Amino acid sequence: MSDPNGSPSPPATSSVFTTGTRIRVHESPAGAMTESTPDQPVSVASASAGVSDGEDADRAYESVITTRDLSVFYGSYQAVREVDMNFGKNRITAMIGPSGCGKSTVLRCFNRMNDLIAGARVEGTITYHGQDVYAPDVDTIEVRRRVGMVFQKPNPFPKSIYDNVAYGPRVNGWKVQSMDDVVEEALTRAALWDEVKDKLKESALALSGGQQQRLCIARCIAVQPDVILMDEPCASLDPIATSKIEDLMRELADDYTIIIVTHNMQQAARVSDRTAFFTADVDDDGVRHGRLVEMDWTKKIFTNPSDPRTEGYISGRFG
Amino acid sequence: MSAPPSTLVDKHAVAAGAEGFLRQQRARNGEKAVFVVLLLAALVSVATTVGIVISLFVPAFQFFDEVPITDFLFGANWSPTFANPQFGVWPLIVGTLLITVIASTVALPLGLGSAVYLSEYAKDRERRALKPALEVLAGIPTVIYGFFALTLVTPLLRWIIPGDGEVPQIYNALSAGLVMGIMIIPTIASLSEDAMSAVPSGLRQGAFALGSNRRQVSTRVVVPAALSGITAAFVLGISRAIGETMIVVMAAGLQPNTSWNPLEIHQTMTAFIAATAAGDIATGTVVYKTIFAVGALLFVMTFVMNMISIRLVRKYREVYE
Amino acid sequence: MTITAPPTSPPSPVDPPLLKATGEPLRERAFKWMLWFCMAVGLITLVVLITYVLIKGWGRLDSRLIQNMPSSVLPETAGAQSAITGTLWLMTFTAIWSLPTGILAAIYLEEYADPNRWYNRAIEINVLNLAAVPSIVFGILGLAFISRGLGFGPTVLTGSITLALLVLPIVVIASREAIRAVPQSIRAGSLALGATHWQTIYRQVLPAAIPGIATGAILALSRAIGEAAPLLMLGVSFVRFNPDGLMSTFTALPVQIYNWTTEARPEYTDLAAAASVVLLVLLLAMNSVAIYIRNKTQRRW
Repeated sequence: MSDPNGSPSPPATSSVFTTGTRIRVHESPAGAMTESTPDQPVSVASASAGVSDGEDADRAYESVITTRDLSVFYGSYQAVREVDMNFGKNRITAMIGPSGCGKSTVLRCFNRMNDLIAGARVEGTITYHGQDVYAPDVDTIEVRRRVGMVFQKPNPFPKSIYDNVAYGPRVNGWKVQSMDDVVEEALTRAALWDEVKDKLKESALALSGGQQQRLCIARCIAVQPDVILMDEPCASLDPIATSKIEDLMRELADDYTIIIVTHNMQQAARVSDRTAFFTADVDDDGVRHGRLVEMDWTKKIFTNPSDPRTEGYISGRFG
Repeated sequence: MSAPPSTLVDKHAVAAGAEGFLRQQRARNGEKAVFVVLLLAALVSVATTVGIVISLFVPAFQFFDEVPITDFLFGANWSPTFANPQFGVWPLIVGTLLITVIASTVALPLGLGSAVYLSEYAKDRERRALKPALEVLAGIPTVIYGFFALTLVTPLLRWIIPGDGEVPQIYNALSAGLVMGIMIIPTIASLSEDAMSAVPSGLRQGAFALGSNRRQVSTRVVVPAALSGITAAFVLGISRAIGETMIVVMAAGLQPNTSWNPLEIHQTMTAFIAATAAGDIATGTVVYKTIFAVGALLFVMTFVMNMISIRLVRKYREVYE
Repeated sequence: MTITAPPTSPPSPVDPPLLKATGEPLRERAFKWMLWFCMAVGLITLVVLITYVLIKGWGRLDSRLIQNMPSSVLPETAGAQSAITGTLWLMTFTAIWSLPTGILAAIYLEEYADPNRWYNRAIEINVLNLAAVPSIVFGILGLAFISRGLGFGPTVLTGSITLALLVLPIVVIASREAIRAVPQSIRAGSLALGATHWQTIYRQVLPAAIPGIATGAILALSRAIGEAAPLLMLGVSFVRFNPDGLMSTFTALPVQIYNWTTEARPEYTDLAAAASVVLLVLLLAMNSVAIYIRNKTQRRW
């Protein structure tokens, strides 16, 4: 649960911008880390002075989700340690890092899917449009409707394609003038309409893996989310299906804030605007903890990372 | 977010970032009501157990007000309906134990052997045919087993065992015990096989890699590793034998007997309960209460065995799953 | 690329070939035959039992069995109509009481209960234990609480409630397994779309679990249909009319089989065998439905 004494939420509508590069000082034997950028959120104006490579100057950076000192525990095990991040509106942010570094765990906090795991506990704050997602009066259903999710393995319901897409509006009890239009619109946006328009009543399980995943994206879009979380969405797909999903993600970024976890560095480089690099540290007791190394514009991460560990990972020296 | 689909109208929508926009927007009292209904359904089983305990033990304690519990447990004469009633439960225990021992002698080795065959030897196709056959064996109503024991197995026994005309009697413990043993084979086989399939295949492969043959792997690796599950199966099978009613009512007879001769008539605890209750005894009489005293004893015996079995099953699940 | 074999000395022609199978040793074969024997005893008995009942009952397997009422005086005209209708009434209401309760309890245990709470563990162990309580003990419960306690007597209501409690644990255990088999990803997918817990269960989990639950339900009812002991306890015995309601007294096939077996005249033994065939056919029909459902809905994920 959230820390009641946690930092106050930033003003809801302000455009909060940090360069994102925030390397924490900690007890690393190498002593390689230094505090680089101020911790406080800085205004857009002052930040653009320190514009990083890859900044898209036309669009103001508006943070939709911000985390502060986010730690995730499973029982007494601290899976992720003190992560500070923010995710820009209508941007694609990729979270990369070796397996077991807690990137999926962090992702699942944003729509509170971690609530489903017995013993999972969150410390620190996650704010979404300025509202603490883990505040006691927050309704997880509202959160999940606004923050949609696409999973690693396509998980269409064992129903028709139509019913898969219509499921979200139905369970949310929306009065819909024409469900057919909603389904068509969602499938069109997910670039699947042309392939399935003649077999809407057929089982979704008959689709190919890539189609299933796009159906899951369509299903997610149908509830009009604001943010779409993608947990290694292409991990089980072939390269052609993967490239279709990647194209789709670029298109969706016009309307949605997308956060993607991927183990595929090239994918992060291809699709994302910003990239967060995670790694797993082993503490003095020999326990692994996930940790954010740095977060910055994708171009900068891949060309000129601030942290040697990032560079090592990018260049394939480890992980 | 730009241009939301025009066809959707969400009347509960609150703009993102507005005060309290993540709070619950609609009442969902149904969720709580559902929870209460589900919990109540789950409590029916608890209520059943409570009901069983009350219905058994309240009259049983009333019975022990009238008949000292020591007479009941240690008396060697059972004749509750006689003019001078005796309430020593020992003859019923003899009948129950004798038949249970016969049934176990049949069912434990055969059930275990079947389980080893199914788990270690049978090919997939064989297993797909044999397991449903065992299910059918388990699904035969006990009243039909009783009929089978009385009208076919007993005459066969009387033909095979040349007595002096006295034994085997028409009703005898052996026939009931043998048929009951067959009835319990599937219970033991399927539970033991579950336990053996839970043994990790790495253990088997390790033994094969050391040059063991299939028999050695089965007897020296798989069976010992699955021992707690196999024990659970045995205990549960024996518990079923103790609690089985129709076979003993029909084939073993309704006359208490302290002899350990399996060729003679014997009455078990369950047979006494069934016969006495069916005999239209007036509520509240001592004879009526004996049903509950014997029932309580039966319940305690099977309860203890069931608990042991449940614990053993949990133990192997914890180790291997 | 070719690999040249390392130079080795050729095996001496006198040595026995190193890796050649020497045939299955005798002990190994004997062991396998022994296991086969274990398996065969049960199966052969099953075949003998079914054949015996068929042969014995063959002469009485005709329309009299279905058209006529039981009689303890005239074996040649006696039938089992009231027992068959009684069994059907009994099964209908046993299903009505036990299936919804059992399925709802299974949903509670699988989807809502926190297994770390002692009371939930207690409910779980309680169900496992009830599944192994002898059926005659349920008969005592029915006798003391429902038949005599509530004064309902040996009616369809009493019988069906007693049998429903008897098979409830089986329904719960089978339904739990079916619910557990629904992949977690389906639940996650539904919840991530803003569905509530119950919506997820009702619209996704239950439809996916229905085949498994149905199979378990049939299994439970086929246990109930053959039960005689609890009914004897309740005082169910000899009735020459079909039940016409919940408060009607009745008889059932297993009870009728028992009654006829205890009759001295051999004609009644044949009747008992014929009634057993009817009961076995009913069971076979139920199991066929269960197997059909199981095969029809193989795992789709």
